[in-house]
Amino acid sequence: MTDGNSKAGGGNARRGLLERLMSPRYRDHLGGLLLIVIGLGAAFQAQGYEVGTLRQMGPGFFPTALGIILALTGVVLFGTAIAANARLAKASKAAAHDTQQDLEDEPRYSPEWRGWFCICVSVAAFALLAEYSGLLPATFACVFIAGLGDRENSLRDLLVLSVGISIAAVVVFWWGLGVVLPLFSRSFM
Amino acid sequence: MWQSLLDLGYGFGLALQPQNLMWCFIGVLLGNLIGVLPGTGPLTAISMLLPLTFSLQPVPAVLMLAGIYYGSQYGGAIGAILLNLPSHPPHAVTCLDGYPMTRKGKGGTALGLTMLSSFFAASVGIIVMVFGSPLLVQVAFSFGPAELFSIMLLGLVAGSTMSRGSPIKAVAMTVIGMLLGTVGTDVNTGTQRFTFGFLQLADGVELVALAMGVFGIADFLMNVNRLGHIGSLAKVRVRDMWPSKAELKQALMPMLRGTAVGTLFGAMPGTGPTITTFIAYALEQKISRTPEKFGTGMVAGVAAPEAAAHSKTQVDFIPTMSLGIPGDAVMALLLGALMIHGIQPGPRLIIDHPDLFWGLIASFWIGNILLMLLNVPLIGIWVKLLQVPYRFLFPSAIFFIAIGAYSVNNDFFAIWEVLVFGVLGAVFTALKFPVAPILLGYVLGPMVEENFRRALLLSRGDMAIFVQQPISAAILGFVILLLAAQVFFAVRAKSGLRRLPLAA
Repeated sequence: MTDGNSKAGGGNARRGLLERLMSPRYRDHLGGLLLIVIGLGAAFQAQGYEVGTLRQMGPGFFPTALGIILALTGVVLFGTAIAANARLAKASKAAAHDTQQDLEDEPRYSPEWRGWFCICVSVAAFALLAEYSGLLPATFACVFIAGLGDRENSLRDLLVLSVGISIAAVVVFWWGLGVVLPLFSRSFM
Repeated sequence: MWQSLLDLGYGFGLALQPQNLMWCFIGVLLGNLIGVLPGTGPLTAISMLLPLTFSLQPVPAVLMLAGIYYGSQYGGAIGAILLNLPSHPPHAVTCLDGYPMTRKGKGGTALGLTMLSSFFAASVGIIVMVFGSPLLVQVAFSFGPAELFSIMLLGLVAGSTMSRGSPIKAVAMTVIGMLLGTVGTDVNTGTQRFTFGFLQLADGVELVALAMGVFGIADFLMNVNRLGHIGSLAKVRVRDMWPSKAELKQALMPMLRGTAVGTLFGAMPGTGPTITTFIAYALEQKISRTPEKFGTGMVAGVAAPEAAAHSKTQVDFIPTMSLGIPGDAVMALLLGALMIHGIQPGPRLIIDHPDLFWGLIASFWIGNILLMLLNVPLIGIWVKLLQVPYRFLFPSAIFFIAIGAYSVNNDFFAIWEVLVFGVLGAVFTALKFPVAPILLGYVLGPMVEENFRRALLLSRGDMAIFVQQPISAAILGFVILLLAAQVFFAVRAKSGLRRLPLAA
């Protein structure tokens, strides 16, 4: 959750850089690095469990192996990304051909911070409110906040939708399926 | 053979029990409903509805899940044909000719053909399953840990390399899934792995939370403000749905060929549904006398891939049920659901739970008939549902996901897991990684580890055990062949790219 938020917060200043990194030209570099970081992190963490030998494998053996394999795929991805860019650069020089177009034939989207922020907060709000103030406030907040993420939603539409889903939540989940959450918990009062 | 038929009869008796029939019907209906909604495919449908089955007995729960699966698969075809909106990747192929048919005012016919070919293909797939599963089970009993490890490896490698897109990215996602599978208490030693002090992770990552995050929340994150309002649709009337005699004739052979392709690929572990439909489509294009007309609304271009998708769906259940090795992400999800119900699929399933196995097969048939019966009167409603704006849809779906994740164990922690996996899935999707292999790796990972460790314990650490057993050696040989083919094609594609600018 902090992941989504920190990105949403800090992203505005660096929007250009992130967008560039996510573009077809650089996203495999980024992806490769991400895999290397996750892989090495997992392998490192797994050293804390007993690794053992092939004959008598410990709980750390398999995660270590997976982490290393993941890091290797990251290296390969990073390498092919560099090779592909180099090849394209060469080809564009040789043929004076605008390869940028070949690379970016798919529709490009700018990062959707508002949607991301609202969806992440909406899920978090449900988790927190359901625990501390009951099913009804949690449902209402979850639907309302998520709906704010869409630019076309009006407040009136959202109110109607949130109330409707809240009623459905009570009828279907609380009354029908017997979810053990209280409608309002004591700490709400 | 007679035994299979007798068992099948027993299965029909079970599936036709009013209670089981009802759950099957509810599954098909809900699956169809969610499958029709824009942006939600079978994976979303199953993960969202999985918690609903937890209160049921295993047999009705499985019947309902299977119903959700093919219901949502058919529902997805409606959106693909009428709106050019593939919410499930395999339907991308159906769009190619299905949508042009709609624009020519033949949308109803395309839907009718889809229905007919999927029913026919599913029936063939079911027959293959009835006679194929017991055979595979007999073989499977002679499998030791070395063979099981090799087959799972084949499934994982085929799953990564035989799908569309970059194989190395699919491999990476599979490995990430396997790493997620190691989270929790190690069964052999009791060591807590990757729990980072969270007690709730001792039982491992929650399957439902992972699926809902990666296939639900991640989808919403990617689609919000991008899946816009859908304009008015062509009206589809029931009588439009019945194809004319000429169209039926045109569709017959493609349907048969598509079914054959689907059956063949369904039997191979790990080949994804998308690649199957693409191959079926490419085959039709290749043998057609008018290949240039594909993409303009050819009947064959709808019938063949839909038939392939549905026969593959059925045949996929063979390795899933009789070996306990899922072929793709949907199967992995169903397998995980079975395990939550305390049932371990594998060679013993048919013997220990004949009710479940044969009941499931019989319910496929019944469910597919229900699907046909349902869609004739309800097609008008489905078309209306397609017009539900995404801005209302996703907030409601997020609520269903959140409460569904909570209700698995009545634990708030699962909701946080959904959020983390949702963001993770969206980041990977944005970087053009396929996310479905994560689930396959997650379900297969622990089994791979267990069999790997067991095999090496038996051989006292000698890796040669995997090539000394003939079956295992043959399967590993096939794995190497697959990898070699992949490298070969990759190199050839690159040299082709180098030549391209010269030719231009």
